Amino acid sequence: MNKQIRETDAAAQLKIIDCDIHPAQKSREAFFPYLEKRWVEHFKSFGTSIRQGLVGQLAYPRMTANGMRVDARPDDGTPAGSSLEMLQSQHLDPLNVEIGNLITLGGSGMEERNPDLAAAMARAANDWQVAEWLEPEPRLRGGIVVSQDVPEAAVAEIERRAGDKRFVQVVMSSRPNETIGARKYWPIYRAAAEANLPICLHPVGYSAGKPSTGTGWPSFYFQEHYTFVPGAQALVSNLIIEGVLEAVPNLKVAIIEGGFSWAPALGWRMDNHFDTFHKEVPHLKQKPSEYMKQHFWWATQPMEEPPNGRYVEDVINWIGWDRILYSSDYPHWDFDDPNFVFRFPLKPEQREAVYGGNARTLYGYK
Amino acid sequence: MTRHVIAPVDSFAHREIRHIEVDGKGICLLRLNDEFFALADRCPHGGARLSGGRISNTVESDGPGDYRVCRQEEMLKCPWHGWEYDVRTGQSWSDPKSTRTRSFAAETINGAELVKGPYIAETISVEVEGSYVVVDLP
Repeated sequence: MNKQIRETDAAAQLKIIDCDIHPAQKSREAFFPYLEKRWVEHFKSFGTSIRQGLVGQLAYPRMTANGMRVDARPDDGTPAGSSLEMLQSQHLDPLNVEIGNLITLGGSGMEERNPDLAAAMARAANDWQVAEWLEPEPRLRGGIVVSQDVPEAAVAEIERRAGDKRFVQVVMSSRPNETIGARKYWPIYRAAAEANLPICLHPVGYSAGKPSTGTGWPSFYFQEHYTFVPGAQALVSNLIIEGVLEAVPNLKVAIIEGGFSWAPALGWRMDNHFDTFHKEVPHLKQKPSEYMKQHFWWATQPMEEPPNGRYVEDVINWIGWDRILYSSDYPHWDFDDPNFVFRFPLKPEQREAVYGGNARTLYGYK
Repeated sequence: MTRHVIAPVDSFAHREIRHIEVDGKGICLLRLNDEFFALADRCPHGGARLSGGRISNTVESDGPGDYRVCRQEEMLKCPWHGWEYDVRTGQSWSDPKSTRTRSFAAETINGAELVKGPYIAETISVEVEGSYVVVDLP
């Protein structure tokens, strides 16, 4: 095993911006106060769209219950991530988290197939964030969840929240019904850019009913866990090659929990073919890696753990130290502690950038 | 070596795991039947408190369809990434050659022996008729 570098003392003094915290609903009824009566009745009568055989379960059994940290379950039996008090006492306070970005996943409407219900769920998820997380805890920031496959509702939701400083990005499914760069979604990207909000792309546990690889469902969770990487590669290359970043030149994209170590190689590979394939995609005005450098930010978790921790330093040198965002993934089992996440000593300016400065730039934090 | 008196034995249940602070060090103290084990309460992989984890076993196999549950209740599984440690030695099951969490001697001693000293009982009073769990720290 590679030895980790203990940076406890330095990190203890450093304020952390955590770019990936998952709030959970205490129960299926948690959104009811934020839904119209007809949708509450719909929930009670029909539930949400069923995507797989095991309703209410993840497609792959995780190594820990529901993929959560064993020590993050509240004593009262409610789900991990559903207690603000526990988030404060277990995470925000001891790790000196100055700002934490909430990414609301399960039940938020991104993966719902009924279009009106999807829009209602996304709106409820956002009202729920305000009432139960952002108002009581000013260290937290919200992500505007949108029903990307109902683009007009998604745009309306962005416009409704735009200007509310408690929301700092737009969260959409990383497995939408069409490829992420499809023109159907461009109004969402335009609305986000207009509101000066980055798009946050994070893997979705329920897969929106779609296999996680191009050849179908893997047999094992072991592989499912790593499909986040080819999944994120497809998002990045598709956003670039479909021309989204020419159409919406001030769009910013945060790749969260998709990894980053592959990014340089993807850029090199796409650049390699740019000259020969360019006539097929004349809407691209510069090399793909240039779009990557200008438009994308990369979160750290789950951190790579190569035999020599310094290999990660090389990778970040290629990407740029101004583009890496610390993320913990609290309360999921593959959580990364900021004091242990880098297996090599960071220079002070690198530490400042990764644990806070880059997020300040991307999200406009003072 | 300093002997620290931690708690009355009767206050610990079988399979109970506690985080305790001794002499500024975080210790994961657990009871299995009549034995006590003390490990440094920090996973050397990712930094979690092991005391938030679970008692587990090992499973050994010589091939598909053949498996044996071994070392029952002798492993401690980290609450985050699931690294497992031998409660007797602190040795990692996943990476035994180079990863271990430090283990400390823990045992039970009756109060009559204990009052002879030397020991440090920071938070509890020792009574002659009681039985106590003690941890020796260098």
